[in-house]
Amino acid sequence: MPDPTNRPSLADLFLGFFTVGIFGFGGVLPWARRLVVEQRRWMTAAEFTELLGLCQFLPGGNIMNVTIAVGARFHGVPGSAAALFGLMTGPVAVVILLGVVYDQYKDLPVVQRAFAALAAAAAAYVLVTALRISAPLRGQPLGLAVAVVTFGSIALLRVPLLLALPVLAVLSIALSWRVRS
Amino acid sequence: MSGGDLLISLALMFAQLSLLAFGGANTIIPDMQRQVVEVHHWLGPSEFAALFALAQAAPGPNMMVVSLIGWNVAGVPGALVATLAVAGPSSVLTFLVAGVWYRFKDAPWRKAIQRGLMPVTAGLLMASAGLLLHATAINWVTMAVVVVTAGLFMFTRLHPLLILAGAAMFGALGVIG
Repeated sequence: MPDPTNRPSLADLFLGFFTVGIFGFGGVLPWARRLVVEQRRWMTAAEFTELLGLCQFLPGGNIMNVTIAVGARFHGVPGSAAALFGLMTGPVAVVILLGVVYDQYKDLPVVQRAFAALAAAAAAYVLVTALRISAPLRGQPLGLAVAVVTFGSIALLRVPLLLALPVLAVLSIALSWRVRS
Repeated sequence: MSGGDLLISLALMFAQLSLLAFGGANTIIPDMQRQVVEVHHWLGPSEFAALFALAQAAPGPNMMVVSLIGWNVAGVPGALVATLAVAGPSSVLTFLVAGVWYRFKDAPWRKAIQRGLMPVTAGLLMASAGLLLHATAINWVTMAVVVVTAGLFMFTRLHPLLILAGAAMFGALGVIG
């Protein structure tokens, strides 16, 4: 059976992920999927979904991990590097540019008013995301307790994440393991 | 602090956060804020929240706030160091694990880990939201913005960037201020 997928070169990886980075406003994953599965057919939909499962499991930005794993699949370390640099170059340049412009005008009252409202709306967006992620915890008293303890230790007690995360993660995994078995 | 020391502090901080970012970039916002604002005093809480908001306007991974903080602290070298530091360790880990992953994908321990991390992720996101709200919802105007936009994010299918742009525009025009 012929291989249904194409094999990208290093330049393909760099340029492909460059466009993903530049056009990926408000969520890059759909763009990455479109490039890898639909447009270029580097992978099948099933392969991509499986890869995504891995990348959501590991620490780090999901999209960065997907980029690394796709690059590695075809060209090892150089492939990962080409894909990741492709992904990051555009957005880093744009965000620095935004920073320069913001710095220039941040003392104007109109800019300050805009940013007070923008920052509040961005915080509201994080709140809504948090509420959506937390929704399945209703009816799971143990999970809910872990979430509350996590919130308290990080937001109120300001425990360093490096100390809090290992303890909370091990505790939570042990609890969910016991409940299941 | 000299330029070199600044870059080293940035690198150490973001390399560490790279490996702690289970559940994406927003889960490390609270610790980023703790280190940047409370430990190093590089930014005030409201400046941090403003940079977080500004980063939402950039394309690409939602880690871009990291590059912006690096830039703010130590210019372009700072942006590059911070970006490489937050991408590096997790990328190396992903690279190493990607090759052997297929063996474990149905293992019961893997599912237990994923299930167990969920409530921690939820708590971390709530902490992010709490800290950002504490820094931004500082008067009745910004509180109203929070309530209205949260409703729009939650109950409409408008693109999030559209809602953010709308809030900025209303703010600039002084319609709500």
